[in-house]
Amino acid sequence: MDRYKLRVIKDRLMKVLVYLALFLALVPLFSILFEVFRRSFSVISLDFFIRPTPTVGEVGGGIANAIQGTLITVGLASLIGVPIGLMSGIFLSEYSESKLSAAVRFFHDVLNGIPSIVIGIFAYAMITLSIGFSVIAAAFALAIIMIPIVTRTTEEALKLVPISVREAAIALGIPRWKTTLTVVLGSAKKAIVTGVLLSIARISGESAPVLVTMGFWRWWFSGLNRPAANLALNVFVFGTSPFENWVALAWGSALLLLMIVLGISVLARILTRGRY
Amino acid sequence: MVVKLDIQNLNAWFGSKQVLKNISMKIEENAVTAIIGPSGCGKTTFIRCLNRMHEITPGARVSGKVLFNGMDIYSDGVDPVTVRKKIGMVFQKPNPFPMMSIYDNVAAGLKLNGVRDKKIIDMAVKRSLELAYLWDEVKDDLNKSGASLSGGQQQRLCIARALAVEPEVLLMDEPCSALDPISTAKIETLIRKLAEDHTIVIVTHNMQQAARISDYAAFLYFGELIEYGPTKQIFNSPEHELTKRYITGEFG
Repeated sequence: MDRYKLRVIKDRLMKVLVYLALFLALVPLFSILFEVFRRSFSVISLDFFIRPTPTVGEVGGGIANAIQGTLITVGLASLIGVPIGLMSGIFLSEYSESKLSAAVRFFHDVLNGIPSIVIGIFAYAMITLSIGFSVIAAAFALAIIMIPIVTRTTEEALKLVPISVREAAIALGIPRWKTTLTVVLGSAKKAIVTGVLLSIARISGESAPVLVTMGFWRWWFSGLNRPAANLALNVFVFGTSPFENWVALAWGSALLLLMIVLGISVLARILTRGRY
Repeated sequence: MVVKLDIQNLNAWFGSKQVLKNISMKIEENAVTAIIGPSGCGKTTFIRCLNRMHEITPGARVSGKVLFNGMDIYSDGVDPVTVRKKIGMVFQKPNPFPMMSIYDNVAAGLKLNGVRDKKIIDMAVKRSLELAYLWDEVKDDLNKSGASLSGGQQQRLCIARALAVEPEVLLMDEPCSALDPISTAKIETLIRKLAEDHTIVIVTHNMQQAARISDYAAFLYFGELIEYGPTKQIFNSPEHELTKRYITGEFG
């Protein structure tokens, strides 16, 4: 009986420790959310969403230009990165017996581990130096960050599709490429869409590579070969400025970034719920 | 006897391991031919050679001839894709396409081969499901997931899917091994019915099943064809000692 009581006490003690650890793990998340909400609350208004950033001394203003710039930059990066990532993911999964696959997989892992500022300086040397600070250069850098993420999630998702499903399609007289593009990709689409969305969320918040390739821009978008405003850089530049309304806009931008990441995660969940 | 498949000196390898040794046999049209033999004797490999599915496994190799309606499916210039449309396959475990509805599962072979006419597809889906004795059970749930069906229903769905592209030959790899007795009985009835206008080659581990449903039986042992003939003869008066011992259950 005593041994039993001891076990119950141990059990309770472990439970308390586990809950405590859970609580500690959640503290940073909730304090970030709380602080961002608290500080940005005052700046959120209609103007915040529809007006561009103010110049020094100007009152009010918003971050509409940064929303626009971020959408365009991230959109262009996705246009470059997603197809390349998807296709190399398909290659790695469907042609994994080839020797090239092992090498490609290794280099994707290396690429995934390269600090984003290094990718930024590479894009700076490759593109910014020849055409100047521009959306193209930033999108190029972000696409490079995106490719290994999309590739590996696509590969993992496709590998989870049982071989029996592929064989069933091939036995119906469906060519291999069509089997891959329809039946196999279709069976894994939820996981792939999730991977793509999460990679978009990841690059939406990148600041260092954007700063070196595109620089900070306070005006509206005016062409792909020129810079555009960016939410993450708003946080960095406005947040460290001495002007009170700029600092408020930085917190507002931070809140919007948080909401975008949260929104994308929720969207990924909804999309992957699917019909079945 | 009308010969549907004429197999001549068929050998098959996985890497350097030879799994089929010089098999020659003729398979009759619109009859059920059972392939029996102990585990690992090459039964599955054998039927996978008949519609060129063996070669999709990395490292797999085939030599010999398989004449289908007199044409060698392994001769140069024959597209394996067209062979597989004519020689369909049902697998050991039911494998419906996971993200597709019942309707789409059956329609897949047609749709992915470029059939666009909704009427034609509708008719083919209904005809195939009726042939597979599944229509009455699913006709109101065609948009439900194929994976939501029971194991036996899933296997009949897979048979319907294979039938939709109107194959002349149906290869079945132990189609009942994952099923309960009632589902098995349904599929056995179905096989007899299908044999009226399809040539069926079925791998089975179940001797009673082979005796019940097949017209011909072939006994494979370590990649070699030991004995082949009408099922009655194989079961009642086998010529070969090994066949006799296997059929009476001495080893398996």
